[in-house]
Amino acid sequence: MSNKLIDIVNVSKSYGENLVLNDLNLYIRENEFLTLLGPSGCGKTTLLRILGGFESPNTGKVIFDGIDITELAPNKRQLNTVFQKYALFPNMTIADNIAFGLKIKGKSKSYIEDKIRYALKLVNLDGFDLRMPDSLSGGQQQRIAIARAIVNEPKVLLLDEPLGALDLKLRQDMQYELIRLKNELGITFVYVTHDQEEALTMSDTIVVMNQGNIQQIGTPEDIYNEPQNAFVADFIGESNIFSAIMVEDKLVKIQGVKFPCVDTGFGKNKPVDAVIRPEDVDLVKPKKGLMQGIVTSLIFKGVHYEMDVMANGYEWLVHSTDMFPVGTEVGIKVDPFDIQIMKKPESEDAEAVSIEE
Amino acid sequence: MKNKDRKVKRLLAGPYVIWAVGFIIIPLLMIFYYGLTDKEGYFTFINLAKITTPENLKSLGLALLLSLISTVICLILAYPLCMVLSNLKVNKSSFIVLIFILPMWMNFLLRTLAWQNLLERNGIINIVLGFFHLPALEIINTPYAIILGMVYDFLPFMVLPIYNVLSKIDKDLIAAARDLGANSVQTFLRIILPLSVPGIISGVTMVFVPALTTFVISDLLGGSKILLIGNVIEQEFKQGSNWNAGSGMSLVLMIFIIFSMALIAKYDKDGEGTAF
Repeated sequence: MSNKLIDIVNVSKSYGENLVLNDLNLYIRENEFLTLLGPSGCGKTTLLRILGGFESPNTGKVIFDGIDITELAPNKRQLNTVFQKYALFPNMTIADNIAFGLKIKGKSKSYIEDKIRYALKLVNLDGFDLRMPDSLSGGQQQRIAIARAIVNEPKVLLLDEPLGALDLKLRQDMQYELIRLKNELGITFVYVTHDQEEALTMSDTIVVMNQGNIQQIGTPEDIYNEPQNAFVADFIGESNIFSAIMVEDKLVKIQGVKFPCVDTGFGKNKPVDAVIRPEDVDLVKPKKGLMQGIVTSLIFKGVHYEMDVMANGYEWLVHSTDMFPVGTEVGIKVDPFDIQIMKKPESEDAEAVSIEE
Repeated sequence: MKNKDRKVKRLLAGPYVIWAVGFIIIPLLMIFYYGLTDKEGYFTFINLAKITTPENLKSLGLALLLSLISTVICLILAYPLCMVLSNLKVNKSSFIVLIFILPMWMNFLLRTLAWQNLLERNGIINIVLGFFHLPALEIINTPYAIILGMVYDFLPFMVLPIYNVLSKIDKDLIAAARDLGANSVQTFLRIILPLSVPGIISGVTMVFVPALTTFVISDLLGGSKILLIGNVIEQEFKQGSNWNAGSGMSLVLMIFIIFSMALIAKYDKDGEGTAF
């Protein structure tokens, strides 16, 4: 793997009594698309602002390319930020906006003109040079904000929920656009979002954060398939989370019924959290299932049906292409490798919280 | 249905129409009438020409000079203050703004009279200075006292619009400029200053126009020695009972103001400066 470009060492930040970042350690590799993912108030934006130089941590260091930049002013850093609300300068044309950083650096006129043309082409907005920012749509303004940042050839691009204000269709288009940009430019992206789908689509590495703590670091596949705790499982995608008992290796008791699984090493009769993704629940004839239940709701979702199945006092969320009408008695079966066993959280920080989305 | 709506709307506009006609249009027409006629009611330009007598020209020039100086001083005082205020937390800054605005809630005449008392030869300031064996301050009845009065009376009108426009600037814009490599001076010159131009224009207008036409401040703080164009017009109306000459010169002054407004409007794309 490529080198560490940014190293965040023991960074803490609090505003008064309110601890926003709790002794955080994280490194970012060169050429990586790293996403900080978490609910609002988890500290992800604060961490990004510390990287950009707009906040300084109470304790800890930020190492950039081997040099401590913790106290370096934002204008001296080799990274650029794309702000959530674009922050285009309303008193300048698009061309002047893009040229801003280059003019400050005293680049030659022809160099600047070339760069403007190149950047506008890159974000598919040729010919917008002389327009004013407020005559552009949100998506166009966002792309100009990106163009304005990348003409400075930063080593790292920081993006603070850049797609948050766009509508769904545009957001999806921009996701592909961003991936393309990153591949074309070959620079590191640090991306902040609360949208798990965005994070899964674009990232090389996802850092799940909650209440100032890192919950899990991993590839999108890791995060989705093997959440390390109930918070991550709940935040990424939909899931059924059970308070379960690990009876012995490879056997877990969920809602009073023993399910074979593949996890080992939790000890005997230990309380654990068990996660089963809705698409991993198989509905079969009542007698063939490990547990019996009754379908209580059925919604057509396009690709699949979403069903709620009441069984042993728990409402299971099930995604399936097979349809079972409300009131049908069904059996529930789960393949052993589809059950994800996790340690119970030790602190309240890692507790699963309900997410308001 | 639509017709009825329109009728109701027209009815609601009634009071404003009456106001505009009765208190704006008719008085203006009367000024025009008096300004362009002589005592017998015959059409003439002689009243407008009155401004060209040497003493009246001097009054106009002095009024222009003093109001210009006062405006510049107000701007120099207000801008840094507003910069500081706009970076404070909202409760704190609105409290300090309130302190600056507070004098506006007291009678304007009263405040000017207070300055007269403070600055007098045997006024409070000189008593205090004398107590410390310091030389007495002798600025009453000089142009300096008039400038002081103008600055004191009109400063809030400069503070408010500039503060408003500065506090509305998105903090992200400043962060973005810094992020793109600008130091704080460059950020100020390229982002903050250009974005605050509408507020500056608004403030300049609201200070310059009343300062140019005032006669109370020059009357009270300038003694009767220093005549500004406002005083000349006032005397024509009150002492000379010459409404025609007074109106004529008012018209000329109005032209001056319209001209400066037009000049300002040229640089004010957002139209906030015309708020006065």
